[in-house]
Amino acid sequence: MSSQYKLVRCTINGKSVEKMVDVRASLTDMLRDDYRLTSVKKGCEVGECGACTVLIDGECFNSCIYLAVWAQGKEILTLEGLAGPNGELSDIQQAFIDEAAVQCGFCTPGFIMSATEILASGREYTDEEIRKQMSGHLCRCTGYENIFRAVKKTMLRRLGKDDQAGLV
Amino acid sequence: MYDIKALYEAASVPHAIALLTEHPQARIIAGGSDVLIQIRSGKLAGAELVSIYALDELRGVSLEADGAIRIGSLTSFSHIARDPIIRARIGALAQAVDMVGGPQIRNIGTIGGNTCNGVTSADSASTLLAWDALVELTGPQGVRRLPIGDFYIRAGQVDLRPGEIQTAILIPQAAYQGYQGYYIKYAMREAMDIATTGCSVNVKLSADKKTMEDVRAAFGVAGPVPLRAPAAEALARGKPAAAAHIRAFAQGVLQDIHPRDSWRASKDFRQHIAVVMAQRALTQSIRLAGGDIHE
Repeated sequence: MSSQYKLVRCTINGKSVEKMVDVRASLTDMLRDDYRLTSVKKGCEVGECGACTVLIDGECFNSCIYLAVWAQGKEILTLEGLAGPNGELSDIQQAFIDEAAVQCGFCTPGFIMSATEILASGREYTDEEIRKQMSGHLCRCTGYENIFRAVKKTMLRRLGKDDQAGLV
Repeated sequence: MYDIKALYEAASVPHAIALLTEHPQARIIAGGSDVLIQIRSGKLAGAELVSIYALDELRGVSLEADGAIRIGSLTSFSHIARDPIIRARIGALAQAVDMVGGPQIRNIGTIGGNTCNGVTSADSASTLLAWDALVELTGPQGVRRLPIGDFYIRAGQVDLRPGEIQTAILIPQAAYQGYQGYYIKYAMREAMDIATTGCSVNVKLSADKKTMEDVRAAFGVAGPVPLRAPAAEALARGKPAAAAHIRAFAQGVLQDIHPRDSWRASKDFRQHIAVVMAQRALTQSIRLAGGDIHE
C-alpha cells in the first residue's frame, strides 16, 4: 500500500508524547519501535499469550491486537512505568524476583501488568479471582504457582496485611 | 505491522456509514480481536478497514424510555459483565460474556463484533437469542431493528447490508421482566478457549413459583449459527417446575439442535452434553427465580 501515517498523541508512562505512526502498526510495534519500550514483548502476536500486555486507561490489553492509532488520547502504562526514577523496582517487580516467579522472563512484563490492574483496584481478590485475572497469560517455565504467590503477597502487603502475606 | 491496504477511521456513526458507502469493499473493524487475527493469518491480508473503535457514542448500557435495555455495540465484554443494569436484569449475559477468552480479550472484544462475525460459538450470542434480543442497524437508509435470530443468515454471515453498522443490541422489557436465566459454557479450558457447546436458558415462573410460565433456550455450536430450541421450550412451557418436566425439556433439545462432528468434539458428544447442559441450566434458572424443584 501507499504509506499512510497518522499523528498519534497519547500519554505513555505519565509523559505526554506524540509521533507520526504508520496506520498498519500495532500498539506493540509503536511502543517497541518508536518508544523503545522493549518490556512489551512480541510473543504470539494474535492475543493469546499476553506477553505484550499493557494498561490502557487502567485496563489490561494485548497491545499486539490493538492498532497504534487507537492509542490517540489514551493513557498507556508499560512495565517501564512501574520502576522509580533511578530504576528502583516496584513492590510487584521485587515480589516476582523474591518468589522466583521469573525464569526466562519473557512472559514476566505482561504478567506484572495484569497484576498491576489487580493491585490498583485496592480490593482484595480471592484466589480464584486472581487466577482468573491472570488467565490471559502463558508461562512455559515456572508453572504459575510462584507467579500467583508474588501477586497475592503483594496484594496483601498493599492492603496492610503483612502477617497474612507471610503465610502465602 | 499488519498487512492493511488502507485504514479509514470513522469519527461518528454517519461518517462510518459514509466511509463504508465510499469504500464498499472495506471491512468494519471494531475491537479487532477477530479482524486483526484474520489479517495476521493471511485470510484478510491486504484488507481495507473502516475503524469504528473510536466511536464512544456506541459504548455503554442504558435503559430506554420503554424499559428496554440498550447495549451500545462497542461495549466491551468486561464492561457488560460489570454493568449494574445488566447484572440486575439479565445476569446470564454478564455471566456469559465473563467467560469469553481472557481478561485482555474481554477488554477489547465488543458485543457488536461478537454478533456481527456470525460465529456460532460466540459466548454472548446464545444468551442474546434466548432473551429475544433485537439488533439495531444504522445505515444509509436509516435505522432498522430486527430480532437477533433473523440477523444470523448462515455461518459467518449476518444481515448487515452495504453501508450499515450495528449500533446497539436491545433487550425489550417484556423479554426480561420476571425472567431468570443461566448460561453454561462447556470448553476444555477455563480460560482462553472456545465453547465446545454453549447453552443459555431462562425461565419465568408463575406467582406461586410452581409453574414454568415461559422457558426459552438457545445454543451455540449446536448448528452453523446460534439457535433457539423451540421444541424443547414448548415441552416446558406451562408445565410444573418439576424434575420430570425438566428432563423432558432437556431431551426435547435433541429435536432442535443439529451439531456436527469437528476436531473439537463429535456430534454424539455435543448432543449428549447439550441435554445435560439444558437440564442444569433450566434447574439453575428455576432456583434463581425462587422456585423449588419437586420430583
